[in-house]
Amino acid sequence: MALLEVVDVSKIFPGVRALDSVSFTLQPGEVHALVGENGAGKSTLIKVLTGVYKPDGGELKYQDQPVQFGTPMDAQRAGISTIYQEVNLVPLMSVAQNLFLGREPRNKFGLIDRGRMDREAREVLAGYGVTTDVRRQLGTLALGAQQMVALARAVMIDAKVVIMDEPTSSLEPREVQTLFGVIRDLHAKGIGIVYVSHRLDELYEICDAVTILRDGKLVHTGKLADLERIKLVSLMLGRDMAEVRREGATAFSGAATGDEQAAPVLRVRELNSRHKLHDVSFDVRPGEVVGLGGLLGAGRSETVKAIGGAYHLDSGTIEVDGKELKKPTPVRAVHAGVAVQPEDRKAEGIVPGLSVRENIALAVLPRVSRGGFVSDAKIDEIVDKYMKRLRIKASSPDQAVGDLSGGNQQKVLLARLLATDPKVLLLDEPTRGIDVGAKAEVQSLIDELAAEGLGVVLVSSDAEELVEGSDRVVVLRDGVVVGTLTGAEVTTEDLMSTIATEAPREH
Amino acid sequence: MTMTNVSGPETPAIVAEDVRKAERTDRIVGTVQRQGALAVLVVVVLIALATFPNFRSFDNAATILVAAAPPMLIALGMTFVIITGGIDLSVGSLYVLGGVLAAWASQYGILAAFLLPLAVCGAIGLANGLLIAYTRMAPFIVTLAALLGARGLMRAISSEGSNTYLVQNDAFRKLGNGSFLDIGYQVWLVAALVVIGMVVLARSRFGTSIYAVGGSEDAASLMGVPVRRTKVWVYVLSGLLAGLAGAINAAKLGSGVTVLGVGMELDAIAAVVIGGTLLTGGAGTIAGTIAGVLLLGVIQNLINQVGNVNSNWQQVISGAFLALVVVAQTYLVRLRRVT
Repeated sequence: MALLEVVDVSKIFPGVRALDSVSFTLQPGEVHALVGENGAGKSTLIKVLTGVYKPDGGELKYQDQPVQFGTPMDAQRAGISTIYQEVNLVPLMSVAQNLFLGREPRNKFGLIDRGRMDREAREVLAGYGVTTDVRRQLGTLALGAQQMVALARAVMIDAKVVIMDEPTSSLEPREVQTLFGVIRDLHAKGIGIVYVSHRLDELYEICDAVTILRDGKLVHTGKLADLERIKLVSLMLGRDMAEVRREGATAFSGAATGDEQAAPVLRVRELNSRHKLHDVSFDVRPGEVVGLGGLLGAGRSETVKAIGGAYHLDSGTIEVDGKELKKPTPVRAVHAGVAVQPEDRKAEGIVPGLSVRENIALAVLPRVSRGGFVSDAKIDEIVDKYMKRLRIKASSPDQAVGDLSGGNQQKVLLARLLATDPKVLLLDEPTRGIDVGAKAEVQSLIDELAAEGLGVVLVSSDAEELVEGSDRVVVLRDGVVVGTLTGAEVTTEDLMSTIATEAPREH
Repeated sequence: MTMTNVSGPETPAIVAEDVRKAERTDRIVGTVQRQGALAVLVVVVLIALATFPNFRSFDNAATILVAAAPPMLIALGMTFVIITGGIDLSVGSLYVLGGVLAAWASQYGILAAFLLPLAVCGAIGLANGLLIAYTRMAPFIVTLAALLGARGLMRAISSEGSNTYLVQNDAFRKLGNGSFLDIGYQVWLVAALVVIGMVVLARSRFGTSIYAVGGSEDAASLMGVPVRRTKVWVYVLSGLLAGLAGAINAAKLGSGVTVLGVGMELDAIAAVVIGGTLLTGGAGTIAGTIAGVLLLGVIQNLINQVGNVNSNWQQVISGAFLALVVVAQTYLVRLRRVT
């Protein structure tokens, strides 16, 4: 008897088929890995399972009965419990209160029995390796411990299915082992677990079965042990291993433009950030495009943000053009000549309501203003220059950026970055969400900019784009540089095999 | 291809030391947050005892308590509302409306004098709560509308505020002026309600829900807390307590004075925040609110003692206190997060 069955489920959002007839089956006591790159449909599937979204087609069967969950509460009451990537507890309440919220033990007057609640919370949490004072505010605990409290809570409510969405992203190695201990217990009790993670080592350590999604479609489901690592990665990324590398799939010229002898324009040494980055080091020379490769959550975006001063670093040094960038903040980074194009241009990049002119001018205001007054003529000059240079298609400089196509929005963002006169350009997914033609234009622009002597760092989930656009690829996994591909090694095959190599055992 | 090694995690000993330090900071900061207002109150009272001979009398203490009784009730309701992350601006208007309704209804007996203001103010609170919980309108706007509406209603039933109803019922009048153990009846009533409020907030599931809703509404609803029901109830409670405060004040004054209550919602908010409740919701105690109300009351009393000082200085001092507390709160919350 299957515990939970997803049969031909589809979910359509305006313009996107987020899930396209996806099916998979969870058996009792099974730890089932759900993997796929960004936008593959994992989160949508989880939200369908937990009652956040209603599917547009197909059906859910729970213990062989067709079910429909209207709200997350319905799913929870039926015994499907979810641990979200971001902890979903109340930070200002005590650990014990969070654990028992809604199910507090009560005395004969109907009042909450605090003593018993704290005592039971202590006992339960000890089993999860959390030995803190349970009367403390939850928000003051380390993220890992908070995640353990969320786990304890999810398991306590008589769950039959536990869905874990990247549960280890904020855990220490020691805590990961505790989590795996709990998972093995649940497995022994016949509870089904859906396990979402990008860490291959974890998947192979704890999961029995695997379902791989790509672009909303099911590409593989079966026993994990039967699936080679390299095969899993190629299924996820959508590259057939045997397939010969297609030349010219992207607009990158492929010719290395970097000068081997030149001093690096960006020197990154031993960047460390708790849980996310461990001793990340690399160099970028003028005219060179260095790709950062790896799966989602490997630390690519964090590295880019950290260099741009927008991500907390515990240690490490960053040198731009030979000068150390001390205590990076976004303002200091811009002054040092670092320009960052964030991953999510809508949320962190452009201001959609402002015009093309205003968006470009934002970055250069300090340079073109004198005594607090802004010279219109100077702004016009700069705007005109970059609109031509980047071939931005807008009806006029006064058109709102929000009305432009994705590709042109991206170019406006690039224009704004270039207007600050950077020495290093950090691009995080520069072609995501833009159409094919615009993609090619952005790609050739990147080539041109590098040819002019900028140092470029490129992050892309598109393996082809990364490989063809980069002169070198630094491969990250779990925040560690696991390899660097140079020269003839810069191929999707080498990239995938580097991503898939087993991590050195540490814990 | 080059391979780099993974760096090791920190050693457990350092982690344990970190945890102990974090726990200690957390305890200290938590205590300051909860007891700060009380400590300031004690200091102010000690200074007052030393400097003002008239402050030292039992009568003066009783006067302070009687004067603080209606604001205390309003601040009690406000504490519940603010912990859910909301705000109730209507309470000043409900207070004056409750007073006028109680004075008018007293001709039909003491029971009517209580029930009418409770029913009307409770109903307005219910309307506030339903609008806030189910239409997701901002509490600020909804209760601002109620502030205007309730004051309008009061003026409509009192001929533009010119008609002051006298309390017709002797028992009701006695309740406002009589005392037990030389302390006014209203003080005992308020004390009883405050104790009940404390138990509800700290020891009932409803109380826990209030904290959860204010602490993180999304998390609370995912954990199965009845978020909307909780919100409706806190505004009903706030309305009821404001109406009751108006009624006991009418009993004391012997009439439904129509010019009261302007800005009283702001005093209540100030008292609650001075008492350590976070304006963003999720944390706070009634004990803190008591200290906040008494602190404002004592300052008012001291200004009156000095005599020749313009009473507007009381507001200047209260304002300064409020600013100080908000700054301290922000700092303390940050201190707690970082560790």
